[in-house]
Amino acid sequence: MWRYLAPLAVFLVLAGFLYVGLGLNPREVPSPLVDKPAPAFQLAKLAQPDQTFSRDDMKGKVWMLNVWASWCTACREEHPLLVEIAKQGTVPIVGLNYKDKPDAAKQWLAQWGDPYKLSVQDPVGRTGIEYGVYGVPETFVIDKNGVIRFKQIGPITPKVWQDKMLPLIRQLEQA
Amino acid sequence: MKRIFLTLMLAALPALAIAAGNEAAPTDLDPVSNKRAVELSQQLRCLVCQNQTIADSHAELAVDLKNQINEQIRAGRSDKEIIDFMVQRYGDFVLYKPPFKAETALLWVGPVLLLVLGVGVYFLQLRRRRARIDERPLSEAERREADRLLGLGKTEDSSK
Repeated sequence: MWRYLAPLAVFLVLAGFLYVGLGLNPREVPSPLVDKPAPAFQLAKLAQPDQTFSRDDMKGKVWMLNVWASWCTACREEHPLLVEIAKQGTVPIVGLNYKDKPDAAKQWLAQWGDPYKLSVQDPVGRTGIEYGVYGVPETFVIDKNGVIRFKQIGPITPKVWQDKMLPLIRQLEQA
Repeated sequence: MKRIFLTLMLAALPALAIAAGNEAAPTDLDPVSNKRAVELSQQLRCLVCQNQTIADSHAELAVDLKNQINEQIRAGRSDKEIIDFMVQRYGDFVLYKPPFKAETALLWVGPVLLLVLGVGVYFLQLRRRRARIDERPLSEAERREADRLLGLGKTEDSSK
């Protein structure tokens, strides 16, 4: 009996591991920055390059930092959802315009709509490295104390927004 | 003639591989620092193309990180400080050789565990098999039957 069941058991365990393992997205690397203070930055605004904006300007608010670029196709995919979120006024979104040309970025926003409270420029990606960015778009949910509470790598999907981000933001706003 | 040419071409192939493998971003670092930069970049994973080190990768992020390494070497940071900088931002995954800790223990110990398990099962099986082997000598009738089956000795029924 055992000699027939043993291979079956081994197979089932293996199949279980493969089922879970192959379902995971290898691009989603857990960020060590979650539950850590958001790295400081002070960058030129996209719309007014002579003014700067820093992380601390958002202190006391729950907000999202969305890393985007006009050259990033996945950002287009995510964009309508961001516009919708901005329209509803759920949470302020700050754009980190990552390794982009200001003119191309401004034109992109003019064409597809601007969901951002404002965007800041990160032309060489230095702030991107501080935030561990490796796949644009990326979105960080940051709480009132400036601590990163959630990181989305790749486009925000309606499901992630409804199931994870929105409840988290509501909860953080209560705090 | 053709053969010599072919042989020479084959012999030259590794040179191409070396040229491609050691390629690094042009830097203004001194040779020692440059060597450090290359060694560091060989320990770090490119998160865009996950099966390449940032030394091998031409992805934009890899280039940025290589520049970052050069910048930090120029600023006088130690190797450990630079590696820690990367891990703080990108996590342990950025290291090609993950550190040994609670979450990675299975990764490091797993293969040894499997080997021990395999060897254990193997010896257990050997012992069980030995226990099954029958050491009782054959009876006269059994011997004759064995000889017949092996086609040895004189047998009654196979005489032609």
